[in-house]
Amino acid sequence: MSKHGPRRSGARTVPVPLLVPALAGLAFLLLPLVALLVRAPWRDLPDQLTSPEVWQALRLSLLCATSATVLSLVVGVPLAWLLARTEFPGRGFVRALVTLPLVLPPVVGGVALLLAFGRNGVVGQWLDAWFGITLPFTTTGVVLAETFVAMPFLVISVEGTLRAADPRFEEAATTLGASRFTAFRRVTLPLIAPGIAAGAVLAWARALGEFGATITFAGNFPGRTQTMPLAVYLALQNDPAAAIALSLVLLAVSIAVLAGLRDRWMRAS
Amino acid sequence: MTGRAKASGGPDEGDMNDTGGPATGAGRTVPAREPAVTEPPGGRCPDGGLDARLVVDRGTFRLDVTLTAAPGDVVALLGPNGAGKTTALRALAGLVPLGGGHLRLDGTDLDRTPPESRPVGVVFQDYLLFPHLSALDNVAFGPRCRGASKAQARALAAGWLDRMGLAEHAGAKPRRLSGGQAQRVALARALATHPRLLLLDEPLAALDARTRLEVRAQLRRHLAEFEAVAVLVTHDPLDAMVLADRLVVVEHGRVVQEGAPGDIARRPRTDYIARLVGLNLYRGHADGHTVRLDAGPAITTTENLSGAVFVAFPPSAVTLYGERPEGASARNLWRCEVAGLEPHGDQIRADLTGELPLAADLTTVAAAELGLHPGAPVWATVKATQTHAYPA
Repeated sequence: MSKHGPRRSGARTVPVPLLVPALAGLAFLLLPLVALLVRAPWRDLPDQLTSPEVWQALRLSLLCATSATVLSLVVGVPLAWLLARTEFPGRGFVRALVTLPLVLPPVVGGVALLLAFGRNGVVGQWLDAWFGITLPFTTTGVVLAETFVAMPFLVISVEGTLRAADPRFEEAATTLGASRFTAFRRVTLPLIAPGIAAGAVLAWARALGEFGATITFAGNFPGRTQTMPLAVYLALQNDPAAAIALSLVLLAVSIAVLAGLRDRWMRAS
Repeated sequence: MTGRAKASGGPDEGDMNDTGGPATGAGRTVPAREPAVTEPPGGRCPDGGLDARLVVDRGTFRLDVTLTAAPGDVVALLGPNGAGKTTALRALAGLVPLGGGHLRLDGTDLDRTPPESRPVGVVFQDYLLFPHLSALDNVAFGPRCRGASKAQARALAAGWLDRMGLAEHAGAKPRRLSGGQAQRVALARALATHPRLLLLDEPLAALDARTRLEVRAQLRRHLAEFEAVAVLVTHDPLDAMVLADRLVVVEHGRVVQEGAPGDIARRPRTDYIARLVGLNLYRGHADGHTVRLDAGPAITTTENLSGAVFVAFPPSAVTLYGERPEGASARNLWRCEVAGLEPHGDQIRADLTGELPLAADLTTVAAAELGLHPGAPVWATVKATQTHAYPA
């Protein structure tokens, strides 16, 4: 292949030992997506997609993923600031703990959530006894499971942006009479907004696709805890065509997110 | 044949030679190893102005600098890179905690006051204008933080921008401003909180040479109008001498000399300052008109002194000969060797080693006639009347 048509001036040819595996890897990533498109029941698609079950699952997925992202922002951005801008004993350890859900199998996360917030869990039993709050197998449980898995993406992204941002802007704000919180709110936050947005999109995408922790902690109840990935899995058992249709919807959402990322934020960071 | 070449006059901006001035009436100077400062020329003001001893420990580096200034004073901290000037400034602003000493401003102790509560304004080296805010909102930021309403703060900021001649740039984001404009916005931002102490960190360093000239003149005007204490940090002696009433020279975390710019230029006390102002400086022991240098030969001077002294003379006072001048007295005549040559303004500066290491200025023509090149032997002489000796 490289012998064929030497590229201009011949200096920039790609070595075969690199080119072949690279193309194989690319094909491996693309083929399943192509297969999804090839085998899609295009004729039945309008019927599939307008069924109330699909809309219910999609609506629930979007609602839960968005809620999980908002929750991640509310606690994740301050956590990222703490990790990036303060010194405290054991900070490295805390940082490792925050990133643990990134590598933890989501099912294990679901089991851990059950043990913490389940009806008989470490915290859950008191929530039930004192406030009558039950989290597992509820829509709130879905949000919690998704937050648990998705928040580390946000924290890591925001912390990286904070570390890259010049802390002297905060100092300048301080000399102008701003408290540390005012400096954060009025100077740092606008400066790291692109990083926060990128982290939020990553977290949102991760939450949207969440399966293992959700099904373990929140179960699979249509209309209440059955998000799109769960619906796809269930449909695959008895109605493969529906599973493909649902998958196409998720694929479309993912591509839209990616396009948004590239145009708006990837370039900024 | 005896080649002779006399450096032509034309002092450049660095050469401030005192020709035969009497050794009296000089600014207060401090011995290099004794930074304890007592009385500045302005007089210490117990109630007004700045009274500080800044001690900061940073591992192997220790800053111990005493600074006093009356309201209206502009003090320049001058020193080489790494001398601790910026650390001193940050300590004044409260961005670095004091490891010792004290800090009083207008009679109020600020040692334990957090930076946001100090009546201190800072112009940072690269300005640090908030990139997401317009020039107007940058200037309004301080008043807003100190309790003004949004409308009040903006009105105040508009007034400051107008004073700086930047009214038409009020809506511009910092990246749209030129270096000089950004510098003025930064100054307006610092002044808008009505600080009692204005700190400027290398205020002209980020500007190119042409803008610098213009901005320096403007800054000088604004500093002259400022009624409280201003402290600026710079490594550029010209900036320091143009902008400040008083120089405090800092080396290795210590004050090595302070006084009026002219006095420091005439009577440098360290090699660093001597190089800055373009003088050859030696330390020695005087006995009448003869000063025996600590390292090397003796120099004959016009001053009649005894004890430890400094002797200084400008490179332009040095005359070079290719061979030992006939009939010349042996006084102030040294055998040297050319170590290096470099252009200096419209002249050549020769760096000499040998009996007495020194710098000499001469014209290009003279350098050619003498056939100067690195390694060439030369004889250097200086007239006693061109030297200046003063007590160390």
